[in-house]
Amino acid sequence: MAITYTSREQIDVYRFPLPVAVGIPLVAIFLQSFLPVHFHFFYLFDLPLLVTIFFALARRNPVSGLLTGGVIGMLQDSLTHQPIGIYGIAKTVIGYGASSLGVKLDVENSGSRFLVTFGFYLLHDLVYFAVARGLVGQTSIWHWEHVASAALANAVLCIPLFALLDRFKRRT
Amino acid sequence: MENLLSRHRNISILVFVLFAEIVGLAVQVKRSTDTQSTRLIRLWTVSAVTPVEEGLGRIQAGIRSLWRGYFDLRGVRDENHALQAEIQRLRLQQVRVIEDAQQARRLQVLLGFKEQFISRTVPAQVIGSSGSDLSRMVYIDKGAQDGIRPDLAVVTADGVVGKVLRTFAGSSQVLLINDPSSGVGAILDKSRLQGVLKGSAAGETILEKVMADERVENGEKVLTSGGDQIFPKGMPIGTVTRVSSGSDLFLSIRVRPAANLSRLEEVLVITRVDEREPVVDQASRPVRAIDILANRLPSVPVKSAASKADAAQKAAALPATSATKPAAVSAATPDATAVVKTPAIRKPGISAASSGALPTSGRASKTPSVRVISDIGDTAAKPSAQLQPEKETGGEVQSQPTPNAEQPSGAAAKRDHAPSAVSPGEASGAEGSQGGAKPNTDQKQPPNPTTGDVPH
Repeated sequence: MAITYTSREQIDVYRFPLPVAVGIPLVAIFLQSFLPVHFHFFYLFDLPLLVTIFFALARRNPVSGLLTGGVIGMLQDSLTHQPIGIYGIAKTVIGYGASSLGVKLDVENSGSRFLVTFGFYLLHDLVYFAVARGLVGQTSIWHWEHVASAALANAVLCIPLFALLDRFKRRT
Repeated sequence: MENLLSRHRNISILVFVLFAEIVGLAVQVKRSTDTQSTRLIRLWTVSAVTPVEEGLGRIQAGIRSLWRGYFDLRGVRDENHALQAEIQRLRLQQVRVIEDAQQARRLQVLLGFKEQFISRTVPAQVIGSSGSDLSRMVYIDKGAQDGIRPDLAVVTADGVVGKVLRTFAGSSQVLLINDPSSGVGAILDKSRLQGVLKGSAAGETILEKVMADERVENGEKVLTSGGDQIFPKGMPIGTVTRVSSGSDLFLSIRVRPAANLSRLEEVLVITRVDEREPVVDQASRPVRAIDILANRLPSVPVKSAASKADAAQKAAALPATSATKPAAVSAATPDATAVVKTPAIRKPGISAASSGALPTSGRASKTPSVRVISDIGDTAAKPSAQLQPEKETGGEVQSQPTPNAEQPSGAAAKRDHAPSAVSPGEASGAEGSQGGAKPNTDQKQPPNPTTGDVPH
């Protein structure tokens, strides 16, 4: 598998033009709201999460990653009927974790992206579940089968999606 | 301390951001009773996302319309034939239903019940969703400026969808009935057991608060009970698919929603529900399935003028009972004349026997078991007191004499001219027994047409 431990000097750090940095998360949130109405299976995917992971991995800056994740999460929260911050907290953690991991690992190839996304999806749902139950008092139930299948679906989707988003990257 | 923060800068920022988010969340949870408040970020996001969704939805609807209008017309002719046949069948069924509804209304009037009428709805298009299966809600393209406000019921032709949660200027959030935070007052159609329909985390709808010792069968329909003050009573919610023991002493009844919640396109928002006492529709009262059938069947030749004159003479020869209480007769007359003019098939013998026995109009209008099927002119000439509800055999309408036929005319007249003599209980009993006689292919007993029994 293509996860390789590399020194910090070997890792490229990317940046994105402002329209891309703002536009892609907004498009992801829009599609996440729009597509499930017409394609019900799309509820399985979490495009904002994938975008958070992508930016975090590419920028490799934990502060930038957690802030990006927090903002995307809160925007996603604002489309639900739940208190704003549940997705925000979950994606803040993911943004931080993904960018921290990106500093230490080479996650430029498909295999590593698949595994990283699969793992972070599980972590994301775990944090969401903990916050929803522990802080908000929701009666959500953890369904392993559902979470695992959604993690798998998102991990599969991330490969073409990240390849598409790679086109917008600019090396610093 | 400063050194520690700078050394662990990233983790410090993470902790700070998480702390801020948790505090923000806690504040919202504490204020959760204030459902009207809308966060600014929510307003911005919805205002940014929903117009685009609305535009895309329109484009999509246009393309779909083009497809359906021009390319997807194969098999339309066959479908049209099938639908025509279906319409014919449903028309007959509708007559029966109208009759039952009229009967129910009459009883409601008697009991002073109030009915809920949906008097105004706003059609809306579903343009978006929350995007999360942990928050089951959709966005519609109608908002506060269209008269939408929170806690309005949202339905489709199939059944209940949800309720309006928040409104924005041009859009609204609709909480679906399968969201865990939703709740709908529900009643089971047959057993009349009441419960609360709630969504589950997995997106199912569960009927709760039905005692474990009750018997609920799969396939039973679930309707709104009206107890939640949001959904009008009697709207379809879904069908029972599985019954299992739930928590404590209650059953857990899984319900499949009647409306397809995963494929919502257009919905109706009920913006006004009137509550008023039901009114018995005079015009539609006499229209019955057998009347329609009779109209379609080859009719029996209309009686000759001579026989009509003969009948009129016989009626005129018995003026006493009518003359004794003219007011009552006149009150009863409209009922008799309201009977539909229909060329029904009758047994001549019965008509002849009845024609000389009793006065006409009062009897026709006041006796629960009376059935009048004749021309309006005929009604005046022939009393129908001796006619039982007709038997309908393969579309043929027949009448049979009843034991009442031998009743002395005085007694009959007494009943005829005293509407109050027929108590509500009697009326309802008569109606009920008639209503219970469901259509049968061999012997169909039509509902009691004697709506004049009910004192208005």
